Amino acid sequence: MFFTYLRRELRRRRKAALVVASGLALGIALVIVVNSVSAGMKQAQGEVLESLYGLGTDMTVTKAQEEPEEGGAVARPRFKFDASDGGEQSNDMLMVQGFETLSTSTVDTVARQDGVANAVGGLSLTSISVSGDFKPGEMKPAQPAQPGQKGSGGSGEVRGGGADFGVNSFTVFGTDVTEPELGPLTSSTLTKGRTFKTSETDAKVAVLDSAYAKKEDLATGDEVEVKGKKFAVVGIATADKGQPAANVYIPLKQAQTLADAKGKITTVYVKAADSQAISAVKDAIQKNVPDTTVTTSADLAKTVSGSLDTAAGLASTVGKWLSYAVLAAAFLVAGLLTSSAVSRRVREFGTLKALGWKSGRVTRQVVGEALVNGLIGGALGIAAGLAGAYAVTAVSPTLTAELGGGLRVAGPGGGGPAQDAAERTLDIALSAPVSLATIALAAALAIGGGLIAGGFGGWRASRLRPADALRRVE
Amino acid sequence: MYDLRGVTKTYRRGKATVQALADVDLTIEDGGRLVIQGPTGGGKSTLLQMLGGLDRPTSGQVALDGTDLATLPEARLTRVRSENIGFVFQSFNLIPTLTAQENVETALVPLKLRAKDRRERAAEALESVGLGERLGHLPGEMSGGQQQRVAIARALVKRPKVLLADEPTGNLDESMRDEIMELLEGLWKEHGLTFVMVTHDSAIARRAPRLATIRKGRLTVTENAGA
Repeated sequence: MFFTYLRRELRRRRKAALVVASGLALGIALVIVVNSVSAGMKQAQGEVLESLYGLGTDMTVTKAQEEPEEGGAVARPRFKFDASDGGEQSNDMLMVQGFETLSTSTVDTVARQDGVANAVGGLSLTSISVSGDFKPGEMKPAQPAQPGQKGSGGSGEVRGGGADFGVNSFTVFGTDVTEPELGPLTSSTLTKGRTFKTSETDAKVAVLDSAYAKKEDLATGDEVEVKGKKFAVVGIATADKGQPAANVYIPLKQAQTLADAKGKITTVYVKAADSQAISAVKDAIQKNVPDTTVTTSADLAKTVSGSLDTAAGLASTVGKWLSYAVLAAAFLVAGLLTSSAVSRRVREFGTLKALGWKSGRVTRQVVGEALVNGLIGGALGIAAGLAGAYAVTAVSPTLTAELGGGLRVAGPGGGGPAQDAAERTLDIALSAPVSLATIALAAALAIGGGLIAGGFGGWRASRLRPADALRRVE
Repeated sequence: MYDLRGVTKTYRRGKATVQALADVDLTIEDGGRLVIQGPTGGGKSTLLQMLGGLDRPTSGQVALDGTDLATLPEARLTRVRSENIGFVFQSFNLIPTLTAQENVETALVPLKLRAKDRRERAAEALESVGLGERLGHLPGEMSGGQQQRVAIARALVKRPKVLLADEPTGNLDESMRDEIMELLEGLWKEHGLTFVMVTHDSAIARRAPRLATIRKGRLTVTENAGA
């Protein structure tokens, strides 16, 4: 009887049922789309951050920037040439990015902090090679003075001469080959050859970024020269997203030797034992490892701007509140329509109560109808939401992420010696993954909507006294 | 047996207090038949609702077989209605989306019978009021007389002790009125019911052995020796 009655009533009031179900469906579809787009945004932001850090890195530790002393010289690369002789001259310089280093012992200190699962050091270097030649000026004898002119009448003057120099610059990253699971090289995928062996701590081997290898026409088996030393190219790696962390990766010890930075690193890459406790680990490191700056993914995320950031902001504010507002309105409309339907059925419910139906049974009937309405709305909403999310993924709108904003980026991809937030721009294709949790949320909202609507109507139906119900229609 | 003592019912309508029943005393023997008459607003329907346990008096007692319906908890009162009292209304009060058989079944739902038993008893009840061929018809597909027959089948399907009818012929034409009255009287005799009916129709009232007249809440009962 319950289901027969329920089915017939829904059929009789199908327009009202459709309005309620459509309202709920719209709200639920919006929730699914906003949730899935938000998940896509997070995924995209994660990809952006991984491109800086590498997989598995939760935070980086760098030397805290010091205020330059008053009157003190700002560290800049200096090249010295002797212009007295002609001919080709060159000057190679391999310098530490940002000129700020930490002792390698910092890695152990960081690794000992509570909540740190693993820590590994790296050295970011920039190789600048300036080469060219000077052409000395030539002494020309003085021209005899013309009548009426003031001539030099001296021994002559230097004419001509000049310089023609080219600059070749690339980035080098000294990586700890004993810890291949952590560090910026993990954000690249090996496309040719092999990566470092854990035994190659001081070997003259290199892995090149694929774009740099292509530009320099280098392949595995070739040799790449870093500050006059030749390294065998053993592998080519391609950055997963955006720019690579460095052009050339070599073992850390080799990098330290070449840059005259023995026992020095620029960055400690840290993996936390619990991803939920990153903030606490950051606090512990900042407290116990002096003169360092700890940068987490969350800190870096704050520096992401561009359309990705705008869209993420919209999804988490306007989208979220819009979907909540539509849902709330849908719940309210569903409740009011159900309540109004009860008002139109007072004689019906009064009669049933006169026949001996308990209030609870009448209420269950009303709630049941509203619940089925909610479930229909939920099914429609889930279908519409999945279609919306599928459409977003199919269209894959490209969002631009700009990284920067004054934060020190720990990775070596900055390119500039100042190592400030490198203004990196990455294009990310947006997807809208729908998780089971989102579907469960939608189903819960549908049930909740049905129960809220049923609650309105059921409450009214339960308060109905049969005498009043029958009297009101006389 | 009904035994009403000092039943008073007042309720507020806006700022005014309306006295629907004033110190009503009434006894109805088992198997008795009483017709209640009176002007509109005189308290007829209120009295019927008191008898049916649909409303409670402001004061006084409404005893059915020794149980005071005035003070009975709501759950027990609901049970009394579901087991012992059948109602027939002027507007039939059928559920428009349910078939004749399903409408009759609604009276058996509180008795927690098996669905099969419910269907069988509903079909039998409809058969007894001459609607055996109309089990699957919706109320909208039947005439007023047929709808009232369905309502009567619904009132009697649970085999109640009491049948309360509020203007059961009020919405029917004259020929249909006589048909329904014959049916009700036949069933009253056949089942030994206590039958109380409210009517405006004097022709019907004349056929009743006892006639109660209610004016401004005050009840007077007369015996009709000629009925």
